[in-house]
Amino acid sequence: MDKRAVFKSWWLPILFALPQIALILLFFYWPAVAVMRWAFTLEPPFGGAAEFVGWANFQDVFADPFYWNSVGVSLIFAFCGTASTIVVGLVLALAVDRQLPGSGLFRFLYILPYAIAGPAAGMAFRFILSPERGLMASVNAVFPDFWNPAKYGSHALVLVIVIFAWKWAGYTFIFLLAGLQSVPRALTEAAAMDGAGPIRRAVDIQIPMLAPTLFFLLVIMMTEGFVGADTFGIVHHTTGGGPNHGTEVMVFRIVDEAFKGLNYSGASAQSIVLIGLIMVFTFIQFRFIEKRVHYK
Amino acid sequence: MADIDIRAVHKSYGKTKTLHGVDLSFASGEFVVILGPSGCGKSTLLRMIAGLEEITAGEIAINGRIVNTLEPRERGCAMVFQNYALYPHMTVAGNIGYALKVAGVPKAERDRRIEETAKIVGLSDYLTRRPAALSGGQRQRVAMARAIIREPKVFLFDEPLSNLDAKLRVTMRAEIRKLHQRLSATSVFVTHDQVEAMTLADKLVVMNKGHVEQVGQPLDIYHRPASVFVASFIGSPAMNLFETRVETGAATVRFGGAQVPIDGALAAQLRGKDIIVGIRPEQCVVVQPGNGVSAKVDFVEELGSGRVVHAEIDGQPFAAVIGEEMRVRPGDRISLELPPSQLHVFDRDSGRRIEFEAVPRAPQNAAEAPVLAIVE
Amino acid sequence: MIQRTPFADTFTYVLMALGFVLLIGPFIVILAGASQTLQQVNSVPFRFVPQDHLLENAAAAWSRASLGTAMMNSLIMASLVTVGKVALSACTAFAIVFFRTPLKHFFFWMVFITLMLPLEVRVVPTYAVAADLFQPFRLLIAALTGIEVSVEWNLLNSYAGLTLPLIATATGTFLYRQFFMTLPDELAEAARMDGSGPARFFFDMLLPLSRTNMLALTTIMFVYGWNQYLWPLLMITDPAYKTTMMSLVALLPSENGTPDWNVTLAGSLIIMAPPLIVVAVLQRWFIRGLVATEK
Ligand SMILES: Nc1ncnc2c1ncn2[C@@H]1O[C@H](COP(=O)(O)OP(=O)(O)O)[C@@H](O)[C@H]1O
Ligand SMILES: [Mg+2]
Repeated sequence: MDKRAVFKSWWLPILFALPQIALILLFFYWPAVAVMRWAFTLEPPFGGAAEFVGWANFQDVFADPFYWNSVGVSLIFAFCGTASTIVVGLVLALAVDRQLPGSGLFRFLYILPYAIAGPAAGMAFRFILSPERGLMASVNAVFPDFWNPAKYGSHALVLVIVIFAWKWAGYTFIFLLAGLQSVPRALTEAAAMDGAGPIRRAVDIQIPMLAPTLFFLLVIMMTEGFVGADTFGIVHHTTGGGPNHGTEVMVFRIVDEAFKGLNYSGASAQSIVLIGLIMVFTFIQFRFIEKRVHYK
Repeated sequence: MADIDIRAVHKSYGKTKTLHGVDLSFASGEFVVILGPSGCGKSTLLRMIAGLEEITAGEIAINGRIVNTLEPRERGCAMVFQNYALYPHMTVAGNIGYALKVAGVPKAERDRRIEETAKIVGLSDYLTRRPAALSGGQRQRVAMARAIIREPKVFLFDEPLSNLDAKLRVTMRAEIRKLHQRLSATSVFVTHDQVEAMTLADKLVVMNKGHVEQVGQPLDIYHRPASVFVASFIGSPAMNLFETRVETGAATVRFGGAQVPIDGALAAQLRGKDIIVGIRPEQCVVVQPGNGVSAKVDFVEELGSGRVVHAEIDGQPFAAVIGEEMRVRPGDRISLELPPSQLHVFDRDSGRRIEFEAVPRAPQNAAEAPVLAIVE
Repeated sequence: MIQRTPFADTFTYVLMALGFVLLIGPFIVILAGASQTLQQVNSVPFRFVPQDHLLENAAAAWSRASLGTAMMNSLIMASLVTVGKVALSACTAFAIVFFRTPLKHFFFWMVFITLMLPLEVRVVPTYAVAADLFQPFRLLIAALTGIEVSVEWNLLNSYAGLTLPLIATATGTFLYRQFFMTLPDELAEAARMDGSGPARFFFDMLLPLSRTNMLALTTIMFVYGWNQYLWPLLMITDPAYKTTMMSLVALLPSENGTPDWNVTLAGSLIIMAPPLIVVAVLQRWFIRGLVATEK
């Protein structure tokens, strides 16, 4: 990993790295330490020094049915969101990769939703998929209450997943298309010589060759689904965690608990659980990247 | 102009030792070529002279001044890299003049010197181009110009020609030589190509595995290789080498079922000893069947000016250069005589040359000159 | 490859058209709704054809949510985040790649770990730091000397507070690092031979050579900065510092008021426009940046 050409100065690298290192220390490491501290202490309600309470905050968290509700919601959100973005991205990437006339335009367009902030998209979708107007109103006229995210938690969860998938499909599309384009042309040509049609080629050659990209996206999208900036933004602005806690994902609950409930200790304990989860994801990703390096 | 002294220089990267005590000294204005197989530590040595690499032990002096701790810019060396290392975002003029710019030379003078230098290397028409828009040979010239403009005391070249095609390589070789005559700065040129080495060098340094194997004039090294390694590395086709033992009863060694005569005095000195005997393919003489050593022909390489017969003796490959007029085919048997005066003898344990007084070996006529040009 | 596959080709176009409806359809609905009147936008079934009331709806949205200030603030915030990241990352990557010091690995890991924890999971304590910037130093001084100092400085309601914590992550650093690693060793060596020191090498060689990377990083950082939601929500209470993402709420029709979604949609269109334009116009660099930062 090292380069050979190096300069010999001890103070210059420090000088160059200092601004970012200082920011990171202040806004990353110090808060990270604070999370730890808060998770194991409890601030008395009437002031005074925080006292050490061991695992009590975690016990409180784990005893809370709403916490487990948020874990469930996050799992569904991340799994369904990941699955749908990858499926849509893959299908579109396979289609665009055939390079038929006009596919360049589609490629250009598919990426646009990724530019939109989660909450802004959420607001638009509140209109687009509103039960009273737009498309779904027509459906609801025939089957009353077929779709009502304001009333049913499950509908609301579908709504936020759709928004998430809409925004992120373009992202997986980019990576999958790049992956497809790095499959050697000779390989698909050989398969064509063997008489395989386009769909057979996609299933037998291209998708297996995409395995590394797919795995990478799986990890990235799961992480994004659990802790991504959009996850919070979409939920907060579209459903506010409701109805009836139906869309209360873990990040939402943490922020809610901290800033509405002013329960820093509980929120910190939850953060730590979440951090543990991300570390697992990152670890998996590393093992995998390491392996990919070994391929070469 | 500067002389360079390298004294007991060692280099290790962590635990791996790359150079094991190199002692060399180059006279002012000399064109020195360091030759050796890839990975033997040539670049490392060159880069230590340049100041790009820390010296683990020993010292390097330029013009009598020990430079171990000096920055590259303080050593007065210029370097031409194998991949040229041109600055991709600068024009040719920018590349050539960068050193002057760093040194704070005023723009007007800089431009004048850029012009001048570009003229020397024939780049005057390309000054506004970017490196990406140049051919390999032109890039090479930019790299040279970048070195020349600084008027360095020492030129360092790290395999500067190995990225060029064969024909251009010959041209550039001649140009480098001409340039050296003109500037007469001390030049150290690293290469793994023996033809380049033989044609360019005033002084040739042969290296292997972090050791200096031999230092001398190119022809001296060709005619008196100091070790088995040098013998096999220099010359093309490579010298034939075979292991044998000096007979106790006669001045001969056994080879290919025959007794090959060797120098009498040598035989007396080495009686019963294990040695390695070498002979260059072009010194073998084809003789009537029944005489000399019998060899089975595997295949024949046409060179135009002659042929190389690749044969087998004792199950070992053995090459011989024969005249155009001779007809041999794969499967034929030929007989070769190995003139005793042309044999090189090496100690089997140390691989070092064993000198003996024989007929002077320097070639007097063209026919005997080393066939080096043929590899081009 | 010459192949006549009419069925597969048709199927491909059907898929691409479907993708168009799914991914671009919402934009069309937004645009249509944003250009309709109150009656039109609430009519069932919805009409997907844009009308000609876009400007008046946009004007209404602009004043309703004070988008003037919000757009300005978002622009400042996105630009500061972008410039900060682009500049600081280049410096740090330079320090990590081109120097031989034991600190280099320390810095590398220190920066690298920040990739693991997005702001969302450490938002609570980060907020606490921003609200009381000197707390760590006070504690440090108290621990070292026993003296309680009482300096306080908070970053709430300030551009510094909006941007600094967002700059303190590693994405950009890794983009530069990847790029620096691809440069041949000889480049720095040639510069050294030419007499250039490290700082000069950084400014004369690395920065000009990184232009494409900078542009790529700029596009993704601008979009990233513009689309920040949670952090501004926490940091800003003063309306003068509100960003566009915070004015989304003001755009929503009130619970029991007129459902003037046409204004809401026109407003969201304005808010979406800047990042959308960046991604559309600079798509080549945007994609390059995305792919490079994730690998
Ligand atoms: N920066 C380095 N770190 C570790 N080993 C190195 C480094 N540079 C060179 N080496 C090792 O030193 C030996 C000599 O390298 P070099 O001088 O480049 O050989 P060459 O004769 O081909 O120019 C090689 O075995 C190489 O692997
Ligand atoms: Mg080398």
